[in-house]
Amino acid sequence: MEDDAPVIYGLEFQARALTAQAAETDAVRFLVGTQSLKFDNQIHIIDFDDENNIINKNVLLHQAGEIWHIGASPADKAVLTTCYNKTSDSRVVSCAAVWRMPSDWETGNHESPDESAHNPQTLELLCHLDDSTHGNAACVLWEPMGDGKRVISLADNHALLWDLQESSTQAAVSSTATLEGKGQLKFTSGKWSPHHNCSQLATANDTAIRGWDLRTMRVWSVRYNHSHDQLVLTASSDSRLILSNMVSISSEPFGHLVDDEELSEGEELHQEDKGKEPLKDSVVSTYEEHEDSVYAAEWSSADPWLFASLSYDGRLVINRVPRALKYRILL
Amino acid sequence: MDGEGSVPVAEDPARRRRVHGMLKLYYGLNEEGKAPEQPESLDPCDINGPHFDPELYLNKLRRECSLTELMDQETCMVRQIRSLDSDMQTLVYENYNKFISATDTIRKMKNDFKKMEDEMDCLSANMAAITEFSARISGTLQDQHAQITKLSGVHTLLRKLQFLFELPARLNKCLELQAYAQAVNTHRRARCVLQQYSHLPSFKGIQDDCHAIMDKLAQELRQKFRDGGSSAKDLSECVELLLQLDEPAEELCDKFLSHARSRLESDLQGLEAEIKPYPSTATKDASAHGSSSATAPGSPSDGSPKSSSLPSPASNTDILEFIDRGCNEFVSSLCLVITSYQELFINHAQKGELASKNIPQMANGKLHAFVDDLAARYFMLVERRIQEEKGVGDNSLLVRALDRFHRRLQAVAKLLPGSAVPNKGTEIVIRAATERVKQYLSALQSFYMDSLTDVRQALATPRLSVAGTSVAGPASGRDAPTSLPELLSSLSASILNQIKSVLASVHLFTAKDITFSNKPYFKGEFCSQGVRESLVVSFIKFVCQSSRQFCETAGDKGGSTPPALLLLLSRLCLDYETSTISYILTLTDEQFLVQHHSPVTPVTTLCAEAREAAQKLLNHYVKVQGLIISQMLRKSVETRDWVNTIEPRNVRAVMKRVVEDTTSIDVQVGLLYEEGVRKAHSSDSSKRTFSVYSSSRQQARYAASYTPSAPMDTNLLSNIHKLFSERIDIFSSVEFNKVSVMTGIIKISLKTFLECVRLRTFGRYGLQQIQVDCHYLQMYLWRFVSDENLVHFLLDEIVGSAAHRCLDPAPMEQSVIEVICERG
Repeated sequence: MEDDAPVIYGLEFQARALTAQAAETDAVRFLVGTQSLKFDNQIHIIDFDDENNIINKNVLLHQAGEIWHIGASPADKAVLTTCYNKTSDSRVVSCAAVWRMPSDWETGNHESPDESAHNPQTLELLCHLDDSTHGNAACVLWEPMGDGKRVISLADNHALLWDLQESSTQAAVSSTATLEGKGQLKFTSGKWSPHHNCSQLATANDTAIRGWDLRTMRVWSVRYNHSHDQLVLTASSDSRLILSNMVSISSEPFGHLVDDEELSEGEELHQEDKGKEPLKDSVVSTYEEHEDSVYAAEWSSADPWLFASLSYDGRLVINRVPRALKYRILL
Repeated sequence: MDGEGSVPVAEDPARRRRVHGMLKLYYGLNEEGKAPEQPESLDPCDINGPHFDPELYLNKLRRECSLTELMDQETCMVRQIRSLDSDMQTLVYENYNKFISATDTIRKMKNDFKKMEDEMDCLSANMAAITEFSARISGTLQDQHAQITKLSGVHTLLRKLQFLFELPARLNKCLELQAYAQAVNTHRRARCVLQQYSHLPSFKGIQDDCHAIMDKLAQELRQKFRDGGSSAKDLSECVELLLQLDEPAEELCDKFLSHARSRLESDLQGLEAEIKPYPSTATKDASAHGSSSATAPGSPSDGSPKSSSLPSPASNTDILEFIDRGCNEFVSSLCLVITSYQELFINHAQKGELASKNIPQMANGKLHAFVDDLAARYFMLVERRIQEEKGVGDNSLLVRALDRFHRRLQAVAKLLPGSAVPNKGTEIVIRAATERVKQYLSALQSFYMDSLTDVRQALATPRLSVAGTSVAGPASGRDAPTSLPELLSSLSASILNQIKSVLASVHLFTAKDITFSNKPYFKGEFCSQGVRESLVVSFIKFVCQSSRQFCETAGDKGGSTPPALLLLLSRLCLDYETSTISYILTLTDEQFLVQHHSPVTPVTTLCAEAREAAQKLLNHYVKVQGLIISQMLRKSVETRDWVNTIEPRNVRAVMKRVVEDTTSIDVQVGLLYEEGVRKAHSSDSSKRTFSVYSSSRQQARYAASYTPSAPMDTNLLSNIHKLFSERIDIFSSVEFNKVSVMTGIIKISLKTFLECVRLRTFGRYGLQQIQVDCHYLQMYLWRFVSDENLVHFLLDEIVGSAAHRCLDPAPMEQSVIEVICERG
């Protein structure tokens, strides 16, 4: 019952953007966006073969600029959004766009993997999510479980809700919200709440979610496990990834009032959990495979016990929840 | 025998030996008896020894001695033989004489016995004659004796009858004279006779008369008893008589006790009146306090001392007076009641025939219930009064009051063995003592919090001046050095003094002249659990706890705790760990002679806790200071357009500010913590190491990373570099020394700088500005840290990252950088 060793994958470029391919529920697949000012940036599609512990990669070119954030459509596997920096006339502009992957990236790859690495295919631009009045886009968030028609982009201190029309080739702002406060507040990260029919959005600005993990200097990424929301993944600048078991914020708490609606996923687990000692809030494990700041961590959309983390030096590590804990939560 | 005859004269030594042996036989000196005494005389030549061999002896003599000596020997021997012979003859003669005189004595005795036998015969004949006479006389007197006996019997009977007939009259007379005792006595004597002969009409009449009279008498007695005004002696007589009149004892007891109760209750009411005024004020005060604490829950430490000090001036009698009054009035009357009651119902009844009716047991039970009931009320009052005693100023008054209270209860205990009253009293004392300990704990705690507030204020004032002078430069350090260590020592000394004074106050409870101090509770549990655990240990724990809270709350409020206070508290906790805790506990153990029956918190646990608190505080200090500097750096990076910036001419002001602040932090930490160890090679030359850092290594890196054809090299190089350098743990625990603290703060600051740089995009001059800034930092920061390579590495990373994020990476010449930095 030894826990499997983590799987490490190295990219040539520095990278900050990582997401799981949300529409893909069979394979463990992550998308990584690179950051390079001098070369064409790439999107790496990384498949993880759970049984053989092997990684397969595919590379797509993203020529628009260095990628700061990446998001995958929950409805269409091939559709994704990126936030990227564009430099023109010695000015740096942050933009956001919706892209479609070339339809044959998968098949082409299987036939000649070497060739695809050398001659990566290019993404097809669907539309820009641009609104110059609202500043630089920090990230784009797809409505989870939706039909891939609605996204929210966070730009400086604004949150914009976009409606994508005509197979995502046109985008229109349907509503905006502004974060008010002292100083220059900026949204840095955010996440739709999967509960309450996706009507809520959680955002993080700078240190506002530091409370999750007091030890780290700046938490760059917080991810709930989507089916067992007591597992929280935090990635931080001290090259560490921390998996915490936060029973207190779980939607399957012991002795709390819980809406049945909320439990749509975890209901049967809840029934079984009842007679058990509640697990305490604690750090489950700390992963130290990274050598540089970890800016992104993401749960796999296919396997709820699997997660990937990406550090600045381009190292992607795929890890699993320790088995002992997994069985304690499940049984 | 035949040998003797044939022994020649010449062989006289052998003959003499034989004679000698016979003499020895006569005196019981056989050879066995002599042998153990003279074991040395085995020599065959010893003429007196048992193993004497004449042959050997003779030969020896002949060999060794000359003729004259032999001759002398011979004459000497002959002389000795003669004297022995004469001795023998004397002895034989003396024995013979003794034998003759013994024979004479025996003959004389024989004659004397014969005469005595004759006289005995004569005596026995006389005795027989006397017996005969005596028998004859008693026979003749028999008849007269019987008659006399009969007459005397009749006489007594007549006397008794007369007594009976006179009885009613006599009783009446007694009644008139109020000689109740006599009446009862008389009646008692006649009672059973009358009872026995009551079937005879005449006796019946008498009996009825008597009954009537006695009823009247009993009535009068009861009346007298009820009035209760009579003296104790009268009362007791009264009760005794009533008891003899078969009055139900239970009723009497009840009556007696109810009398006593009314008197005692008036005492109790008097006592209650003493505390009556308080409940109203106390409740008012409590409600006021409650409302105030409800409105301001954040400051309970401020509210409690005020409210506790309020009732003390309002009380017009202090607790000692109160207890005194209780003892003198209530307890002493209770004792009196107990004594007289016991005298009446228990001791008396035990003597008389009434004991059989189980009266003592019954009476005893009633008495116990009575005493318990009243004592419970008394205790309630006392406890109420004690609870009002909240001011912790003077403990001796309370202890003396409790002592008196306890001492007086011992009297009750003596009078009424087996009563629960003294135990309850002791319980009250114990409760009061534990309550006191609690009050002292909270007083200590509020004292501690108050002193912290003082320290805070003291820190705030010089800080202003420091802030004012810090612009001027080195003067900033001058105000702080006088204050910080002094504040620490005065804080720690005042806490220690307070603890000592509290210990002294609490120690009064166990003073030798206090009666309850020898109770097992005060000897054992009070010392170990009460004083040591819930006072001293709890206080130390409180100190650690509150220190830890500074770490937790400060994070939310954004540094409401001044960093200097964190530093000071950390040092305080560390001092506690190294010496103060063990000192305090030793002091406590010595003063209270704590015998650890129950498990107590060991010193090591407390020390570990204090150390943990110190560590936490110091870590927090590092974090807070680090974040303050980080914030400056961050703002400076985030608010600038790095792409379109001009060529660097100066070090940015922020960097100077960072160095200044770091210096002043260094001074501050240096006041309380030792220097610590740094890696040896860093001490002398900042120039040399820096030039290594900037020229050779850095140039090499730039060369590699900015050739566009080899993008992999950058990663490879930095990865290889990282592989060989130790991983930097930004938030690792710091050690208790200055260098470690400074290292922690600088690590945090530089790491923030790095992260901020990575979020930006730089133009050519942006990168160069970063180079200049980093060089400047390098020039000044290396001296603060334990391992300057750490600073090198982080600054390297910053410049490297900036280069990565640079659109037009053209690094500045090293010499130009140096010139700019030296210009300041």
